[in-house]
Amino acid sequence: MAPAAPPPAVVLDAVTKRFGKGPQATIALDHVSAEIRPGEITGLVGPDGAGKTTLLRLIAGLLTPDDGKITVLGHDSANAVTAVQQDIGYMPQRFGLYEDLTVAENLRLYADMHGLDEAARQERFHTLLAFTALGPFVERLAGKLSGGMKQKLGLACALLPRPRLLLLDEPSAGVDPASRRELWRIVRTMAGEGVAVMWSTAYLDEAERCDSFLLFDNGRLLASGSPAEFSQRVENRTFLLAVPSGSKHSVQRRAAADPAVADAIIQGERIRLVLKAGAALPDGPALGGSGAPQPVRPRFEDAFVSLLQGRTPERAEARTARPPGEPSAAAPVDGAAIEARDLTRDFGAFRAVDDVTFTVSPGEVFGLLGPNGAGKSTTFRMLCGLLEPSSGSARVAGVDLGTARAAARERIGYMSQRFSLYGELSVRDNLDFFSGVYGLDRARRRQRIEWALESFELGPVARQTSGSLPLGFKQRLALSCALLHEPKVLFLDEPTSGVDPLMRREFWARIGALAERRVTVLVTSHFMDEAEYCDRLAIVYGGRMIALGSPDDLKRRFVSDALPDPTLEDAFVGLIEAQGTQVAS
Amino acid sequence: MKRMHLVGLLRKEFLQIVRDPSSIAIALVMPIVLLIVIGYGVSLDARGVTFGVVDESRSVASAGFFDAFATTPYFKPTDFTNTRDAEAALMRGDIQGFAVLRSDFSRNLEKPGHAVHVAVVVNGVDANNARIVTGYAQGAVAVWARGRQTDRAMTAAATVTLESRYWFNPEIRSTNFIVPGLIALIMTMIGALLTALVVAREWERGTMEAMMVSPASMAEIILGKLAAYFVLGMGSLAVSMGLAIFLFQVPFRGSVLALVGISAVFLVVALAMGLLISTVARNQFVAAQLAFLVTFMPALILSGLLFDIESTPVWVRVITFIFPARYYVSCLQTLFLAGTVHEILLPNVLILIAFAAVLLTAAIARTRRSLE
Amino acid sequence: MLRRILSLIIKEFLTLWKDPKSRYVIVAPPLIQLVLFANAATFDVTHVALGLWVEDTAHPATELVSRFEGSTAFDVVAHFDNPGDVERALSAQRVKAVLHLGQTFSADVLSGRPAKVQLLLDGRRSNTALIVQNYAASILEDFQRQRSPKPDAGLQLETRAWFNPNYDSKWFILPGLTVLLTAVATILITALSVARERELGTFEQLLVTPLRPMEILLGKALPPTCIGFVEANVIAGVAVVVYGVPFIGKILLFHVAVAAFAISTIGIGMVISSIARTQQQAILGVFIFLAPAIVLSGFATPIANMPLWSQELTRINPIAYMVRLTRSIFLEDVSWAIAWHQLWPMLLIGIVTQAYSTWLFARKLQ
Repeated sequence: MAPAAPPPAVVLDAVTKRFGKGPQATIALDHVSAEIRPGEITGLVGPDGAGKTTLLRLIAGLLTPDDGKITVLGHDSANAVTAVQQDIGYMPQRFGLYEDLTVAENLRLYADMHGLDEAARQERFHTLLAFTALGPFVERLAGKLSGGMKQKLGLACALLPRPRLLLLDEPSAGVDPASRRELWRIVRTMAGEGVAVMWSTAYLDEAERCDSFLLFDNGRLLASGSPAEFSQRVENRTFLLAVPSGSKHSVQRRAAADPAVADAIIQGERIRLVLKAGAALPDGPALGGSGAPQPVRPRFEDAFVSLLQGRTPERAEARTARPPGEPSAAAPVDGAAIEARDLTRDFGAFRAVDDVTFTVSPGEVFGLLGPNGAGKSTTFRMLCGLLEPSSGSARVAGVDLGTARAAARERIGYMSQRFSLYGELSVRDNLDFFSGVYGLDRARRRQRIEWALESFELGPVARQTSGSLPLGFKQRLALSCALLHEPKVLFLDEPTSGVDPLMRREFWARIGALAERRVTVLVTSHFMDEAEYCDRLAIVYGGRMIALGSPDDLKRRFVSDALPDPTLEDAFVGLIEAQGTQVAS
Repeated sequence: MKRMHLVGLLRKEFLQIVRDPSSIAIALVMPIVLLIVIGYGVSLDARGVTFGVVDESRSVASAGFFDAFATTPYFKPTDFTNTRDAEAALMRGDIQGFAVLRSDFSRNLEKPGHAVHVAVVVNGVDANNARIVTGYAQGAVAVWARGRQTDRAMTAAATVTLESRYWFNPEIRSTNFIVPGLIALIMTMIGALLTALVVAREWERGTMEAMMVSPASMAEIILGKLAAYFVLGMGSLAVSMGLAIFLFQVPFRGSVLALVGISAVFLVVALAMGLLISTVARNQFVAAQLAFLVTFMPALILSGLLFDIESTPVWVRVITFIFPARYYVSCLQTLFLAGTVHEILLPNVLILIAFAAVLLTAAIARTRRSLE
Repeated sequence: MLRRILSLIIKEFLTLWKDPKSRYVIVAPPLIQLVLFANAATFDVTHVALGLWVEDTAHPATELVSRFEGSTAFDVVAHFDNPGDVERALSAQRVKAVLHLGQTFSADVLSGRPAKVQLLLDGRRSNTALIVQNYAASILEDFQRQRSPKPDAGLQLETRAWFNPNYDSKWFILPGLTVLLTAVATILITALSVARERELGTFEQLLVTPLRPMEILLGKALPPTCIGFVEANVIAGVAVVVYGVPFIGKILLFHVAVAAFAISTIGIGMVISSIARTQQQAILGVFIFLAPAIVLSGFATPIANMPLWSQELTRINPIAYMVRLTRSIFLEDVSWAIAWHQLWPMLLIGIVTQAYSTWLFARKLQ
């Protein structure tokens, strides 16, 4: 530590922000106090709606706090907004770019806004374009850039005035892991030059890479400090338990229900266990595992989940909730549950999906992984009958989608990213509606709605408007609607985006139980930890399937001396890089 | 205000306008389409009214009566032999009215001092049109009667004739007052609707936020935005003026300078309204509804564009005062048809300037706070 | 199949009713427009501001002047004695018309010479000017008749306006408004309902259910039809009860007409919604259709006054057919036979647009 530590870039002193007035006011930030140091990357972590964006806007001077004081770079933000804004680089969500302006024009606009003179301008453009490798694309419209390039351009614009404070609001949302790493490299360099960086993210693995973090939940600051110290809270309490193949879901459920276990998640063919403080290590075989649990280095997420569970025991309960008591699934389908053969889809001259072939067996949880725009959604949509393939065929539950679409639809359930429910309707109205359009008769309808209300614990909110429910309830309602007609195949499109890790665990517990009852699940995701739940993964990139295998298979391909235990993200980035060199050669 | 900020913002706005054809389409194509559709489609002048003449007398006099209708541009007369047929045609909508000449028509006409009754029936379903058709019919008959008198060199008893002169619009074309009014409608649409949509898009894409964090001030950001769309709006004013004068042959008697000045003030009012709408209604659906309700509808109905404000009930007249369109429509109709009448223009312009000041201040204040 | 469609219809009504925005769209604009149009959209001319420029103070002239002063149509607001003042007052819109009697008027009348009465009108609003001229002409006619009780072989026109003897603007604005507001409601609801589902992602959810495209379209078309019926009946009711517009036609025919009309407007709404991806586009589409369709419907100005090409355009405009038909049902008691001429084009437009939108939907899924 240097003898005279530089003054903090941002000081938050009991900052409170409310939206709305009177009894309906919601508290976005509740007495938050913290210090942000220069030369560090500070991660703002928490689920959607936790207050991350509000905090960044407060610091940027876009909002004023209702209570408390914010000091930014030595100025009180309440009365020195313009002085402060000279030294702030801010990148809002979706990067704040003018999409119908070119790269150069966007940069020039921001240079004008910051009043850079000609010489300084040339020097900054040169540096930043080299830095971001956007040099060859200066004449391209920002709207025509890929997600990763947009993100770098947004960052370049924010960096233009040599800010002393850099505010990044979810800079990595929807960007593929390779671009994400590139972004980290750039921001890390900036921090090295003494810039204070605030980086908000919903990815817990990103929090781990920050120098310090602020963890938010519902507007309250739950924890802060260095990620490493935080992870040490669960030191010696994290283990990996190998399981016999095909039993990971049941083992995971048994482990999660164990009183000694705070958290149990699937990681490929192993179960990751986080023990409660002071609890004795449970016996591996007793949980159904093969051998004893092996100690493993704790992660940020482990500490986070155990912290959240300590705070809200009722939510911990929900995680181990009864799995949906599916009456025995219909007789298993012969052969593959999903079969994609030479699937190709063109949009005009653009080939979005190019000759994708794979099969999914009944009861398998199959993941489609890839960056935005790689073709995973298009593949997904062709498989659930929303899009007709240009060539090739898709069979679901033994029925050809091309010839018997209606028959196929009776056998599939579908849940989209946005939990597509009718927000104005009550929970019960939604269930009524979906049971109706699936043609359930009166008796069956009553029985299935009862089942949904009970096993998804929606009974208490049955009369509430579904749009006003918390995200977790919406997600449960969406899943229950997709299961009303007891489908054989379940399609999930980014099912857990924006929900907190506890809800995500609860959700996957239900999916695991379904898989055990031989319901086939096809899921798309860009969360790597989510992909770990899958039995097999298909990685889609540039419209083609570049890899297929179990998460462990994929990871194993990238084991090296430097990386003895690669993560799924390492594997993903490796695969995409290999693809890049193939194209180049 | 820094020059560099403004120049930068303006360059950005213009690049965006050039790159996004939809705003140019709204600014330049919409005025043309609206003017042509409404300018041609909405006419209060009856021409070639289908009119029946039931001629039971079959005489020279009755044929002359028929010709009186045939020779004016207002009527396209049809001959009927009995009332029943004419009534049926009226019911079918084939004719808009008819006159009945009884079999004793020409005989009675010869009898001095005998009044001849001619029944005229018009379809009153469209009340306004019916009234105009009635007026035309009376005019046509009067002309015919006068002609007969001179033919027969009859020195009739004192006849008082009404000589009407229509100032400012001698051909009494409704196009002459509707088209100038339409320009107000178009300027409202461009100013309010386009701005509301464009600003909504900036919010959606997060660019508004990014600009607000930069050292450029709120006033500069708004000024840059307004200036760009102001130029676009003045462009569509030029297009509309060209169409009005050359295509629709509306006379323009006022000063061009006054027109440009007044239009500039009104455009600022409309732009500020659009800005205000976009801050009140963050949601596009509500914004469109609101824009329609507070800008388009009043500009159409409560501005004097089509309907005469002075004939409405008092409470409606009071409401019209709070919508800026009425002041602009009044200026436009005067500038086009009457000339630069300071007595009308001055108070209207002052009120518009007051609107501009109030709305602009409100828009800047609200935009600054609209992240809340 | 029936059960599936029924579920869809129940859901449509629930979403429409429970969503405050949709509720607002169905209820508020029609109400505001009803009140506004009924009162502000008038071609009637009342209380005309009249200026007098009388250079003759003898007897017949004063009699004529007092007739104008006594008339309910005119309010005498100014007296002039020179042309300059007249011109200024007309320009500044202080008066709408000026009655000018020259110095020799009384003498001419008394001596049997043709006498002239000059009426100077502000022609800026040509429509108003024409009506004012009519008012003046009829006062003058009365004056003449009074003066020569034995009318010379003159003609006397006895005008009668069938169906609307008092030329009341409300009688033709309100039946037209019934059509207009029904059209706006049905088209907007139809166009938005699909676009909203598409934006919220629920449309895909619908598409992966066993519902067939035909069933979805049917489920989407029936609720707006019902709302169209309610709206048409309410507005017609208000027109009759509050504003005293007569309804002498056949109620059954009115409902058949509303049904045919709803089929056509919902078809158009469907076409818009099958093209639009977002609610904003849908609103824009509705506007692009409605603005010219209303202008060219004969609602405010007669179709017969339009140039030929736009008269031809009204042949594909369901609103034009319905405005004509509704007015004749209200005021004329039109027969089924004549009504059929307006009914079949609406049905045809409905069938064509519905078929086209079905085809568009089916194509979009591929």
